[in-house]
Amino acid sequence: MAEERGPALAGGLVCPVPTTQYDRVQLGHGSGGKMSAALLRDRFLPALGNPVLQELGDAAVVGIGPAEVAISTDTFVVSPLEFPGGNIGSLAVHGTLNDLAMMGARPLYLSAGFVLEEGLSFEVLDRILAAMGKAAAEAGVPVVTGDTKVVERGKADGVFINTTGIGMRRAGFTPGPSRARPSDAVVVSGMIGRHGIAIMSARENLGFEVQVQSDSANLYPMVERLRGALGGTVHVLRDPTRGGVASALNEIAAASGVGVELDEGALPVPGPVAAACEMLGLDPLYVANEGILLAFVPAPFADEAVDALRMHPLGRDARQIGRVTGEHPGMVVMRTAIGGTRVVDMLPGDQLPRIC
Amino acid sequence: MKYLAEYRNAAVAKALVHRIRQSATRTWTLMEVCGGQTHTIVRQGLNDMLEGAIEMIHGPGCPVCVTPLEQIDRAVHLAGRDDIIFTSFGDMLRVPGSDCDLLQVRARGGEVRVVYSPLDALELARKNPDKQVVFFAVGFETTAPANAMAVWRARELGVTNFSVLVSHVTVPPAMVALLESPDNRVQAFLAAGHVCTVMGWTEYEPIAAKYRVPIIVTGFEPVDILEGTLMAVQQLEEGRHEVENQYVRSVRREGNRPAQELVSKVFTLVNRKWRGIGEIPMSGFGLTEEFAAFDAERKFGLEDIRAEESPECRAGDVLVGRIKPMECPAFGTRCNPEHPLGAPMVSSEGACAAYYNFARFRSAPPLEV
Repeated sequence: MAEERGPALAGGLVCPVPTTQYDRVQLGHGSGGKMSAALLRDRFLPALGNPVLQELGDAAVVGIGPAEVAISTDTFVVSPLEFPGGNIGSLAVHGTLNDLAMMGARPLYLSAGFVLEEGLSFEVLDRILAAMGKAAAEAGVPVVTGDTKVVERGKADGVFINTTGIGMRRAGFTPGPSRARPSDAVVVSGMIGRHGIAIMSARENLGFEVQVQSDSANLYPMVERLRGALGGTVHVLRDPTRGGVASALNEIAAASGVGVELDEGALPVPGPVAAACEMLGLDPLYVANEGILLAFVPAPFADEAVDALRMHPLGRDARQIGRVTGEHPGMVVMRTAIGGTRVVDMLPGDQLPRIC
Repeated sequence: MKYLAEYRNAAVAKALVHRIRQSATRTWTLMEVCGGQTHTIVRQGLNDMLEGAIEMIHGPGCPVCVTPLEQIDRAVHLAGRDDIIFTSFGDMLRVPGSDCDLLQVRARGGEVRVVYSPLDALELARKNPDKQVVFFAVGFETTAPANAMAVWRARELGVTNFSVLVSHVTVPPAMVALLESPDNRVQAFLAAGHVCTVMGWTEYEPIAAKYRVPIIVTGFEPVDILEGTLMAVQQLEEGRHEVENQYVRSVRREGNRPAQELVSKVFTLVNRKWRGIGEIPMSGFGLTEEFAAFDAERKFGLEDIRAEESPECRAGDVLVGRIKPMECPAFGTRCNPEHPLGAPMVSSEGACAAYYNFARFRSAPPLEV
């Protein structure tokens, strides 16, 4: 019956995702869910794979001389370009800085590549660049090289931005997605679901007001607090961006070969996010974030980790939301608020709003 | 959240489970009609909490689940046309037709858009006078008033480039079909609260009397479902068979009269195929002659597009409660949310997807957080 089949059906990256019959790229391939994983596994890794890439971390870590250098790249195609709490420029800086920070690296330099669509107003472009400059300056990480291309109207959506960042790892601080261990505590640094709902409310004609700002932020200062307090005992750091907390936890569970148990009652979901998700039939666990991190630390250090995060304004809502177990490897399970239990699987593609 | 937190209260839920267990002198078999209720039951683990006292059979109550294959094929056909903007609620996009789903049509260049309301689709038609805009009008009685309103408004505004592909279904004929089935095991129903908010419950009264079956109009939160279950158990234990209303904060006996009037002006009862079940007489809405100009099937001549369902898919048996999703040989192997054979694996409310996503792991130890 179901529980006997459970491990074989664990999903995520554990068991082979069934071959899908798609003959071309679907939007769901960009969702951060199982279709994205299949795209990497079936197409990109066979062509480009190597031991560093195959780690599939937020950033690659390579040795250059005696230094451990982290490199990460990310492309931003958000629509609308401007949204409550930021714009594509600030997001492009924060996103790449955060990917470096999640590998324990101190971000040092950024590059930025722009694909501009014919007809984009300079007023909008200037606001995007100003936000980008401000975000980079606040983080103390300059954009040191860049590129611009212009394409015909209709060939892009205003502007697409690629940023690449490099950073240095510190000795003795090497968090990674495969380092979660049974009995680790799972800590989240803040409220979940804000970025995705802010974007959706700006994008869709929802017919109701949502007072939610994107959480887009530089997470490195919080990582520094954690490093200061716990050092090498931090096993995993992950910013749960597209696919949300649920997808990030599934990836970590699969990469580390452990199970994760969540406590629904402990999940910090802001009221407006919960309300919007109720109305749209979405699950906040799968909604994107751009300014929170998940930390896996040994259980005895859980309180210290929470305290360290709370020392920073972005981490004032930090709390433990679950723990790691040796049971059900590769699977994320949630104890529901009324005392039941359910599997929190990775979604195949995008979350689809429900009919009623 | 007001009106939600109190219906998700763990202490209240626990007390209700205790009372259900105390009241039930044997195992009773209940069917919840609505997919939204199925989701709450499986997602919250209510079926496990009630094991031994109650067996829950998941009813046919997801409009996405029951949309027949050929109607999906018709949608796919329309969405692939250059002159058409096809609009739909989100979860219909991944329902597989014979060849592909609407998401794939979109990837091939078809214009497919998710809308949250049929009135948004009408607005799209007004903004794109050089295109035909078709809305996929699916759902139970719950969504019928809004869909009827879109058609009504289209005529009022003289919008001629708007039409609807209708696949509406109604609950009572499906309940009767189940009760008439020789291997029916359902002893009581939890009726769908949102459907009854629109329709009231008078049409359920003759069903309860004729088939001697308790019918409880029930809401969607865990406490609602447990309370509805308790009311059903009490009737069964006392030998009563009445329609009772658990969802008092939303439902009145006569329902929403203005909504019903609008529906009756725009729609008329027609025979409708249910995915995996087959045709049930007078179990769906179609547009009345008066609004035939807005019927996409007639407008685009779709009657010739017909399709047979997958022979391996046992959606029908799942939907009528004959088997549990995991008793289907294809469950979790050849049929899963990435590659669904039948519609119940597609919708997040579908019985198979609900089992796949939430019930595969049922013995997690208590958390110590």
